[in-house]
Amino acid sequence: MKYPCKYIIMVTVLKLSSLKSVNICNFRLNYFPCMIRFLREMGRYFLMLQKVFSKPEKPHIYYKQTMHELVYLGVNSVGIISIISFFMGAVITLQTAYNTENPIYPTYLIGLGCRDSIILEFSSTISALILAGKVGSNIASEIGTMRVTEQIDALEMMGVNSASYLVLPKIIATLLFNPILTLISITVGIIGGWIAGTAAGVITSEDFVYGIQYAFIPYYITYSLIKTLFFAFIITSVSAFQGYYVDGGSLEVGRASTKAVVYSSLIILLFNVILTQLLLS
Amino acid sequence: MIKVNNLDKVFDGRLVLDNISVTFESGKTNLIIGRSGSGKTVLLKSIVGLHDPDRGEVWFEDVLFNKLDFEGKKKIRAEMGMLFQGSALFDSLTVEQNVRFPLDMFTGKTMEEKTDRVNFCLKRVNIINANKLFPSELSGGMKKRVAIARAISLNPKYLFCDEPNSGLDPLTAILIDELIKELTEEYSMTTIVNTHDMNSVIEIGEKIVFIHEGLKCWEGTNKEILNSDCETLNDFVFANSLAKQLKGIAK
Repeated sequence: MKYPCKYIIMVTVLKLSSLKSVNICNFRLNYFPCMIRFLREMGRYFLMLQKVFSKPEKPHIYYKQTMHELVYLGVNSVGIISIISFFMGAVITLQTAYNTENPIYPTYLIGLGCRDSIILEFSSTISALILAGKVGSNIASEIGTMRVTEQIDALEMMGVNSASYLVLPKIIATLLFNPILTLISITVGIIGGWIAGTAAGVITSEDFVYGIQYAFIPYYITYSLIKTLFFAFIITSVSAFQGYYVDGGSLEVGRASTKAVVYSSLIILLFNVILTQLLLS
Repeated sequence: MIKVNNLDKVFDGRLVLDNISVTFESGKTNLIIGRSGSGKTVLLKSIVGLHDPDRGEVWFEDVLFNKLDFEGKKKIRAEMGMLFQGSALFDSLTVEQNVRFPLDMFTGKTMEEKTDRVNFCLKRVNIINANKLFPSELSGGMKKRVAIARAISLNPKYLFCDEPNSGLDPLTAILIDELIKELTEEYSMTTIVNTHDMNSVIEIGEKIVFIHEGLKCWEGTNKEILNSDCETLNDFVFANSLAKQLKGIAK
């Protein structure tokens, strides 16, 4: 063979990256530069992850950082998750009740519907989207500000692996605490549904409690927690990536923060579909 | 000794440093001067390895620094201290924690030993009773001094300062200059300072390199700079009206 395969791939990628549009079977494609940019960003993301998961210099310092992040990113999110879950549970119960007003349906189904909706979807996915907004923007702006004020340069200058030092404790903290947040969300959501249902008089307390115990499948909790772990990793790593590679000033930090929320939300929704298909099919 | 050979740096197709070759002498305060945007900071960051040069070599004594891997650079970096333009103190840490950070990361000292070293470094830069303050509670001059204390906490062999006087009043700027010069002599460090402050040039510049539009235009001492024939250097040195008047009087 005249040219090795690696050479041909390299030349093709270079050619494609320089193309603005190309005609294939009379179909004009303008996507090559976008695709190359996307691939480059993906490459940078995985290179950052490689740095993040390299061996820590001083494990006890990482332990202290992780404890700090557990409080900062985890415990400080309990309030907002509880409030949102309470009202989410309340609304699900009331909507189920008003949409199933039929003597054929037993009323305990309202409790069952509330339980399954909360466990399967709301506590993991909706909570993750809320955390993408709260925690994701926080991480991106914190790391982005450190980048533009040369604090990351100062870390690198001291010979510290800045990606690992800044991002790894956040990833560990969210992986440890987000499942707890999901369990809190499930509990508070069901309590919210119970209070709203009984207060509005659409279901009796006995029927609701019977409904939430009826045909319970414990695997649904496992499914919800597995999703939460994936979402926690996505929120932290995508937001950290956006902050870590900020170039410029405060305007770019703001943009990175917005991108962190948008991209992590989109990836969460995509992974929600994939994981649901993989885990429930 | 730090030696730079034929260094080029390109950003987005623009040549920011063009074939820079210079030797920074041991135990001296070396200055890189030039207008804003001339490439001083890029040169300094290329020397310390925060930017990868596109061509050329950076030698620390007999070690080719820019070709080392992360672990190799880490060993040399343990002998470096750097003062950044905006101080770059860690916002979430107190003054004491900031100065202790390199000691926590790279030494096996006990907490008592580290606290002693932190207090010594802070005292050396005249920061007293501020251990528990956060960077947001400090003035610009204090931030610079704490950053110097952090830079010297590991007893470095090389000290790099990126515009140490920017944003400071003239008196505080003189104090920072004096501190850098004293520390350089006291610890026999090789110090490189980026500046466009002419007072620093005259007061502490034992060796001066003038950069203009990415090119090295001139090098010499603070004694030679006022009598140079280099036109671009003279435009820079005698840019303000006071300097022009003094030059007129001298003539």
